Amino acid sequence: MIEYIGITVLWIFLYGYLIIASIDFGAGFYSFYAKMTDKKHTIRQVIDRYLSPVWEVTNVFLVFFFVGLIGFFPATAYYYGTALLVPGTVALILLAIRGSFYAFANYGARENNFYLFLYGLTGLFIPASLSTVLTISEGGFISVEGGDVKLLMGELFTSPYSWTVVLLAITSVLFISASFLTFYAKRAGDRDAHELMRKFTLIWSGPTILFSFLIFVTLRNHNAEHFNAMLEIRWIFLFSLLSFLTAVSLIYKRKRTGIAFIFVCFQFAFAFFGYGYTHLPYLLYPHLTIYENVTSPEMGIALIMAFIAGLMLLIPSLFLLLRLFIFNVEYARGEKKTY
Amino acid sequence: MFEYDPVLYSRILTAITLSFHIIFATVGVGAPLMIAIAEWMGIKRNDPHYTLLARRWARGFVVVVAVGVVTGTAIGLQLSLLWPNFMQAAGHTIGLPLFMEVFAFFFEAIFLGIYLYTWDRFKSKMKHFLLVIPVVIGATASAFFITTVNGFMNTPYGFDLVDGVLTNVSPLQAMFNPATPTKVSHVIITCYLTTAFILAAIAAFKLMRGSNHIYHKKALHMTMVTGAVFAIATAAIGDLSGKFLHEYQPEKLAAAEWHFETTSEAPLVLGGVLTEDNEVNYALEIPYALSILAGGTTGEEVIGLNEFPEEELPPLFVHYLFDIMVFIGMYLLLVSVAFVLMNWHNRFNPIKRFNGFSNKMLWAIAAGGPIAMLGTQSGWFFAEIGRQPWIINGVMTVSEAATSSQHVDIMLVLFSILYAILGVTSFIVLRRMFKHYPVEHELVERGIEREGA
Repeated sequence: MIEYIGITVLWIFLYGYLIIASIDFGAGFYSFYAKMTDKKHTIRQVIDRYLSPVWEVTNVFLVFFFVGLIGFFPATAYYYGTALLVPGTVALILLAIRGSFYAFANYGARENNFYLFLYGLTGLFIPASLSTVLTISEGGFISVEGGDVKLLMGELFTSPYSWTVVLLAITSVLFISASFLTFYAKRAGDRDAHELMRKFTLIWSGPTILFSFLIFVTLRNHNAEHFNAMLEIRWIFLFSLLSFLTAVSLIYKRKRTGIAFIFVCFQFAFAFFGYGYTHLPYLLYPHLTIYENVTSPEMGIALIMAFIAGLMLLIPSLFLLLRLFIFNVEYARGEKKTY
Repeated sequence: MFEYDPVLYSRILTAITLSFHIIFATVGVGAPLMIAIAEWMGIKRNDPHYTLLARRWARGFVVVVAVGVVTGTAIGLQLSLLWPNFMQAAGHTIGLPLFMEVFAFFFEAIFLGIYLYTWDRFKSKMKHFLLVIPVVIGATASAFFITTVNGFMNTPYGFDLVDGVLTNVSPLQAMFNPATPTKVSHVIITCYLTTAFILAAIAAFKLMRGSNHIYHKKALHMTMVTGAVFAIATAAIGDLSGKFLHEYQPEKLAAAEWHFETTSEAPLVLGGVLTEDNEVNYALEIPYALSILAGGTTGEEVIGLNEFPEEELPPLFVHYLFDIMVFIGMYLLLVSVAFVLMNWHNRFNPIKRFNGFSNKMLWAIAAGGPIAMLGTQSGWFFAEIGRQPWIINGVMTVSEAATSSQHVDIMLVLFSILYAILGVTSFIVLRRMFKHYPVEHELVERGIEREGA
């Protein structure tokens, strides 16, 4: 029981990170694009106004996931920790550059091309490097011999599956971000930004859905067991596709952009939870399952209680944050000068 | 250079990451409180100088928080990457405080975002002030939770060890281990103390540089009064920490004091040099003081280093770290109390005739900022090196916990470059932020003062 509660909680947080970080990472890329093509006054203000109060919260979702993972499933620290030293470090350094430079940029560096280049580029590299963890969890990329855990870099770099995951991560980031910024720009009453972001949403929708299909194809060769489990609940992935079509058609018609973004969230929720559910019971195929490696009942219960207490604090605070900045038309339009 | 050894490289990388992180984390814990006090004073005294002080500190605080967050994320992940065996054990025992720390951090992050972008949004100043309270609570709570983890590593508690496996874990007992009360209070109060001194150093520096503005004087006065309170509290807690070490980690206390023979009426060793055959030279010995520190009476028997097997002893140079920490604590106490007394106009006050704003005094305060940070660093180095060779005291050694990966050396180089860039950039950004927009300009711009006032 604890193992299921634990993994569900963690998966929800990873999903939260997926959506929130995608908006952030994609926004960095669009910000860079806007500067390069001299469209800065259309979308960059909208992006900055959204990102400024929330950039720090994004990071927390990720930290939450991996601290929770170690709390609920301590053995993951041993396997993933040993194997992921190199990719983990690369992702960390990129995250560090990105996070701190966002704050530095508040004080003058924002117009610097090199800074924006770094900011835009890391926004695409981070999802790529983080998504390799999901690839590795499918098995076949780690050797365990006599307690010695090693990452097989050669296999990882030549696998069609791992490249499909990376491409899906990047296109999803650009798609999710564009669909959110379409909504936010419209809310801010910025017609130009709205049109531009609408165009981007439509451009990236195609590759996103293409790579989602390719995931199925390549996974079939890589991990047939998982592929069959996914086929058994294919209705979930059909719902995901329907949500995608609804979102894209709304954005195409320039109608109800807020609802469209919610459908984008549904699209990824169905796909992500469907994928996660069929991945069970493995945390790392075939070495780790949730049953054998769950923490002691005492710790499990303590963590769940802490989690509930934490949510009671977080949900109202997050609601306040959203009310003050995202759903506040005056703020979105930049009418209230602050800071 | 030397042979590749993942344990050694992991230790160096962890030490570099942590000592870089605590520069920002210390200020990150202390600054919200100082900002809150300044904003409160601004409201209560209806004095816009204090409000502006809070505002300017908050702006600098953002840069500190940003680097604190990214280096904190780094250490969080590095623990699993470099010490996988430790984290596996820790997940079973101290997953709870680790988890709670992230909650506290989450809470702080949300309200910090709100606080920073709502300065002029509410009609009531009080409403905006209330937003800083969760930031203060979040910052201090995350220090609390993460320090309990460190406390556990020093005095592991709340589990049974069966054939080398930690079982029968009680998460709350592990969290509230014997080290928790002294360690947590010491860490939190010294974060406040160090931050107060760093902010005081800025004001003192400005005054030394010839600015005679009342704004800087108010800033200096406020930081020194709070600094004196924190310094006195630090001294009191330091005394309790000595008693804690005596009871639970006698080898650490003995190593800090070069105390070899078990005796009562043990002297306290200040300064000095240790020769190769463990003779203490050039030291100042205060008779009975170690027994008093450890147990409150001169008769208290203090266990010496000779009682422990040699392979379980920490390196003896920790004495120097301990001395640096204690001397700096004393220095900060003296400077802040002296400044407060000089400005306290009571007829029984013997030193009110001295000028607290004299150049010498300002120098002493300005030096106090960096010195306080040095004290924090040497305190942590003492605490961490003092429990070598253990990562979990008496349960798991550092070498058992380390990764077996072959790439730690490259990671060490990469992270060192990263920290160098972050350190230099944050210094430049902070300096430019305050230099390009001096308070005199901001006072005029916000309509608090007229030109040339």
